[in-house]
Amino acid sequence: MTVNTSRRSFLKGAGAAVAVLAVGIDPKGALAASTSEAGTAITPFVKIYADGTVAAVIKHFEGGQGTSTGLSTLIAEELNMELSDITFEMAPSDTAVYNNLFFGALQGTGGSTAMANSFMQYRTAGAAARDVLLQAAAKDWDVDVSELTLANGVISGAGKEGQIGEFIATAAQIAVPAEPVLKAPEDWTQIGNTQKARRDSHDKVNGEGIYGMDIQLDNQMVAAIKRIPQYGATVASFDDSAAKDVTGFIMAKALPNGAGVVAYAENTWAAFQARDAIEVEWDLSKAETRSSDEIKQQLLAAVNTEPQWQASETTLGAASTALEGAAQVVEREFFLPMLAHATMEPLSATIAATEDGGVIMYDGAQGPTINHATMHQILGIPMDKIQVKTLYAGGFFGRRFNAGADYIVETTLAFSMTDQTRPVKLVWSREDDLAGGWYRPAYAHKVRVGLDDAGKIVGWDHRVAGQSIAKDGPFEAFYVKDGVDISSVEGTAENPYAIPGMHIGLTDAAPATTVNYWRSVGHSHNAYVMETMMDVAAAAAGQDPVSFRLAYLPGDTADQKRKADVLKLAAENAGFGKPLPDGHFHGVAVHKSFGTYCAQICEISIDEDDYVQIEKYTAAVDCGVAVNPDVIKAQVEGAIGFGVGHIMRDQITLDGGVVVQQNFPDYEPLRMRDIKAIEVHIVKTNEAPSGIGEPGTPPAGPALANAIAASGRDLVTHLPMTENGVEFA
Amino acid sequence: MTIKLKINGAERSVEAEPGTPLLWVIRDELKLTGTKFGCGVASCGACTVHVDGEPTRSCQTYVEDVEGAEVSTIEAIGDDKIGAAVQQAWKELDVVQCGYCQSGQIMSAVGLLKETPKPTLEEIDEYMDGNACRCATYQRIRAGIQRASEIVEG
Repeated sequence: MTVNTSRRSFLKGAGAAVAVLAVGIDPKGALAASTSEAGTAITPFVKIYADGTVAAVIKHFEGGQGTSTGLSTLIAEELNMELSDITFEMAPSDTAVYNNLFFGALQGTGGSTAMANSFMQYRTAGAAARDVLLQAAAKDWDVDVSELTLANGVISGAGKEGQIGEFIATAAQIAVPAEPVLKAPEDWTQIGNTQKARRDSHDKVNGEGIYGMDIQLDNQMVAAIKRIPQYGATVASFDDSAAKDVTGFIMAKALPNGAGVVAYAENTWAAFQARDAIEVEWDLSKAETRSSDEIKQQLLAAVNTEPQWQASETTLGAASTALEGAAQVVEREFFLPMLAHATMEPLSATIAATEDGGVIMYDGAQGPTINHATMHQILGIPMDKIQVKTLYAGGFFGRRFNAGADYIVETTLAFSMTDQTRPVKLVWSREDDLAGGWYRPAYAHKVRVGLDDAGKIVGWDHRVAGQSIAKDGPFEAFYVKDGVDISSVEGTAENPYAIPGMHIGLTDAAPATTVNYWRSVGHSHNAYVMETMMDVAAAAAGQDPVSFRLAYLPGDTADQKRKADVLKLAAENAGFGKPLPDGHFHGVAVHKSFGTYCAQICEISIDEDDYVQIEKYTAAVDCGVAVNPDVIKAQVEGAIGFGVGHIMRDQITLDGGVVVQQNFPDYEPLRMRDIKAIEVHIVKTNEAPSGIGEPGTPPAGPALANAIAASGRDLVTHLPMTENGVEFA
Repeated sequence: MTIKLKINGAERSVEAEPGTPLLWVIRDELKLTGTKFGCGVASCGACTVHVDGEPTRSCQTYVEDVEGAEVSTIEAIGDDKIGAAVQQAWKELDVVQCGYCQSGQIMSAVGLLKETPKPTLEEIDEYMDGNACRCATYQRIRAGIQRASEIVEG
């Protein structure tokens, strides 16, 4: 059985009439069962088909992080079936039923919340489905339910046996228990199972998986946008006469928001060619004209003046006093550039009219509610006539969710400017992607650490400057408190280390472009600075970097203990502190983010020509109950690569306000040769599951930086490394 | 102009302007969307197909230049013994994450194993250098190629 996002069943669509039992939460918030035709939006978490097929309905989109496997595991566990036997479908957009429990009235994926949100919710739905099916069989067979058991899709007992699909009609008439009894952890066979059984693997190795970019609807137009060359520019006028020579060109229209000119064509190649042929006169009167060097100098100046906001209980005055009394003070200044997400799949979404006068959008939707509301607002179509079909996303790293809902708005606007009889598919090129904004902001940090005679930290003055992601946007109330955008300082603030006299100051920088959440958000730069400074302080104290850190994780709180434990586990497995081959060096970093603790030891070699090679990462992670250990390992492997690749050699820069990087040769991705090996160890624990998509990213860069510094070279404080004196093999 | 192509063993006639990249003919005209668009400048390998058995970046190959050649894509690579082994290995090791680059990774991996049935780690790294994976599944791709080599050997 192929999952519903594969091409075959996708094309078959809602036409196939199959009886299905759905168990989930009804719009009033109660668990409910109902039968319907396949494809009907009945808002369940579990569907049972007449042939016995079980489908988990996945409310957190699948962008590679493994939600289709993780959430399916929870359902399979409670239904006493193998993970390899369950299928999945992506949930429709319906905030009342599929909202993220951490986000309020918003259906979406982010902040590494998918498993933390779903652990109880999906197990409960699975257990409820199990109870209802058993009761249905008992009713049909006229026996007592206590005589029956369910395993591997078969109900048996009282001398009878039948597959679950036979009972779905009766099951739909049975009240669903609100609080079904969940299986005890000691009875788990799927949760914690180390099997490799990704539910999206089959589709993705044979080319059948459908991503936003793959939508091919009858009679669709393809749209590409000639975008503003720099932040704040708008279209003054355009000339499409050269585009008319492109075979397949249909028309060109300026976006009503001034952000570009849309070229419509019969296919993607014609759309790109026509787009490139359009001449636009831009209004640059309000455009950003600074270059990156200027912005960098402004950020560095900001961390050398009194901060705008105080992000710690300790005041700057108190920290300064502590530093004045210190036996020695070490200080470093850091600069971390803007970064793009550069998802493997360039952005694309398709919108089409439906027979009932509504519309449907096909998208690898990180926040389906946002797609839904955007179409409602722009097209004026009632909410109940709007559908969002969530497809596989070819990576996201945060890119598909931002304050401007950029590509979703563009797709809808592009459709709104047509007669709306033909579907419109918006396609971004890689150049659009890299130069199109919504970056991880650039940040400067300045840190002064004071140590006493015994090498103990007595004061820490930490200042951060950069563009706020949340301010003046729809998520401001969620992120900003007392002037501090927590996403600018998280990881320095809220760090489990018990550091005395620690002041954190923040200065917001003027916008240079659109900025966005990027895998691990504020932790991506705060961890680099915190963890390299811990090494600087340890060296000044003449102490080993692991024991130095452990001194600030005394285990007074569970938070400190868990952080200390992953550090010890990684260090032990890597043989930290033991002799290494000549020219090899170890670097350590440990960081908590999204409720998860991750420590990494990076082993590098440096050859006689000073080329650095990453030999191995040894990681330890505590993310609570490990639902799918192999998916967790894969996420940590990938997060290390994503994190360190950017630290090594990537940056987005501006020249007179215009983005310099256009395609992969200018924004070189991590390649296979860059890391020779990664080993991941998972802490066994009964703590509730926390995030895993992001927490592997923050420690990767500082672990490398500390390894390079351990070789006797200067700590790299300005990034990327390749622009600041480091060459990689 | 009308161009006759041999795709996955079948003869197909398509209408395309000269200079159109093979990638867009495969995706938009033949609707074989397993071959992916990643960069358009042969820097990421997501668009890799086989032309007469050679891994080729279809985004930088003009459609008129492959007239008469045998083009095969991810949709048919499982018909090949090595192709099936690579797909099996990828599933055994759960190589994929977002999966968007994996069609191209698999097509390159098959090319490598056809040329070098038992590649060393260095040979794998060198051959696969042009295939980017933003999820950084490289450890598993490397292991997947070694496992596929074992499967083929039997």
